[in-house]
Amino acid sequence: MDKFIELGQDMAALWMQYWDRYLVGIRSTLILAVVATLIGCVIGLLCGILNTIPYTKNDSLPKRFVLRLIRVIVRIYVEVFRGTPMVLQAVFIYYGLPYFTNQQIMFRGNSGLWLAAIIVVSINTGAYMAESVRGGIISIDPGQTEGAKAIGMTHVQTMTSVILPQAFRNILPQIGNNFIINIKDTSVMFIIGFIEFFGQHRNIVGNNNMYFQSAAIEMIGYLTMTLIASFLLRRLEKWLDGNSSYELVQDDALTLSAGTYTHPGKGTPFDERNLEKTLDAEQRERQRQELKHGRSRGER
Amino acid sequence: MSETILEVRHLSKSFGEHEVLKDIDFTVRTGDVTSIIGASGSGKSTLLRCINLLETPTSGQILFHGQEVTGKGVNPSRYRSKVGMVFQSFNLFNNMTVLDNCMVGQVKVLKKSREEARENAMKYLDQVGMTPYIKAKPRQISGGQKQRVAIARALAMEPEVLLFDEPTSALDPEMVGEVLSVMRDLARNGMTMLVVTHEMAFARDVSSHVVFMSDGVICEQGDPQQVFSNPQQQRTRDFLSRFMEH
Ligand SMILES: Nc1ncnc2c1ncn2[C@@H]1O[C@H](COP(=O)(O)OP(=O)(O)OP(=O)(O)O)[C@@H](O)[C@H]1O
Ligand SMILES: [Mg+2]
Repeated sequence: MDKFIELGQDMAALWMQYWDRYLVGIRSTLILAVVATLIGCVIGLLCGILNTIPYTKNDSLPKRFVLRLIRVIVRIYVEVFRGTPMVLQAVFIYYGLPYFTNQQIMFRGNSGLWLAAIIVVSINTGAYMAESVRGGIISIDPGQTEGAKAIGMTHVQTMTSVILPQAFRNILPQIGNNFIINIKDTSVMFIIGFIEFFGQHRNIVGNNNMYFQSAAIEMIGYLTMTLIASFLLRRLEKWLDGNSSYELVQDDALTLSAGTYTHPGKGTPFDERNLEKTLDAEQRERQRQELKHGRSRGER
Repeated sequence: MSETILEVRHLSKSFGEHEVLKDIDFTVRTGDVTSIIGASGSGKSTLLRCINLLETPTSGQILFHGQEVTGKGVNPSRYRSKVGMVFQSFNLFNNMTVLDNCMVGQVKVLKKSREEARENAMKYLDQVGMTPYIKAKPRQISGGQKQRVAIARALAMEPEVLLFDEPTSALDPEMVGEVLSVMRDLARNGMTMLVVTHEMAFARDVSSHVVFMSDGVICEQGDPQQVFSNPQQQRTRDFLSRFMEH
């Protein structure tokens, strides 16, 4: 018990002395995580969309070739950036790009550091999101696409109006997952000298040797950030799902009773039934489960 | 004699080795209600999906107002907007309300203003009796209601032909009636319809033309009286007698 009191006192002392530096670190961490997650989502969205452009044997050879090529390139990108540690990617981009371009591309000064950090984390997030977006798109019942085609919508219209809004809702937990991972994993950016929350800790303990006490502050800081992020994301999901009830619009007061009508998850055993596609349906269900339980990026 | 709107000529479709449709020939005139009947796996859905270009025919022609729809000059999306389709599994857009389901095609494809699209959508939702539910999402309404909305969504595009692929097969028995009665009204109002169905009473009483398919070929076609009371082919007789038993 004494130990805890002592730890608390040390932490308080550290905080009183360096709180401004910790807060600056937190700010950098959050800015980097938010910006890189957003850019990563855009990259992932583009890759996912490019990757799911359908083609058939009847399409022209150049079209098939280009679509094939795109899929291969995206595949390589995903495998490389998922398959290597972000720490090393940071080194490769920060030091490697100037080296390979004969110093044509350099990351100079503080803004250069920011740029490099954002690039690394975004590209990394993009690689994970590309897979999630692809999964999100193919997990949507093909009937949705057919319904859209049948009223004359083009592929692009079908994607933007029907498929992507549903896919986005499905992958929102994945986006949140990536955001939370980015809050934590941006800490590896110390390797290129980018000072965020963890970097501040390294600087601070360099002066006074209070490793453990400062690490405790870091733990609490990271946990606070991720808990708030989780909470906000869950609120966002709830809000997107909307009300489980809807208003009955009355045009004939005699035949309809007043008020709101709740019909949560109403369905018949035949809903979404598509006998001809049972196999596909199973695959989609598996995709959905994977999306839900976030298989993709926990292990880093 | 009314105008020919759709002609299917020597249409064949294979999936790999499997020839699902063989040399299909028939004609649809404005105002016709054509029922396509036949055993499971005989190629009925594939035929409708070819007509709507959801599947690409392997050979043969589909002519819409005399113009070949797989030809170079025809934009498949434009063509599809004139040929509505109602699916067995409804295929309503799950991310939209009932009203938006009926508006999105008008706004995106026909480039109508939202006000105009809304007014038009309301007209057809009223016709299928779904106006009270315009703010509901598809997951909040019953199967029969979903199918009625799907019909309104197709009608709102003001198509020249409406294709139905077993519109009542995924419904609980007590909901079949409401959908069939909407379809009866459409037929009465002169809508040109092509209906794949297992509802023999509907095929017999509502349609002007019946096509019986068996193993990818049209085995027999003609007016419903003839096909139902005096079938010429043994396979038609077998199929019908199996249906009349239950
Ligand atoms: N995408 C596909 N790939 C391969 N084979 C298919 C495909 N779609 C349909 N088939 C095959 O084509 C045949 C005809 O199928 P289709 O769905 O047109 O029959 P149907 O008459 O509509 O039957 P049902 O009454 O059960 O709906 C079946 O043998 C089916 O297995
Ligand atoms: Mg079928």
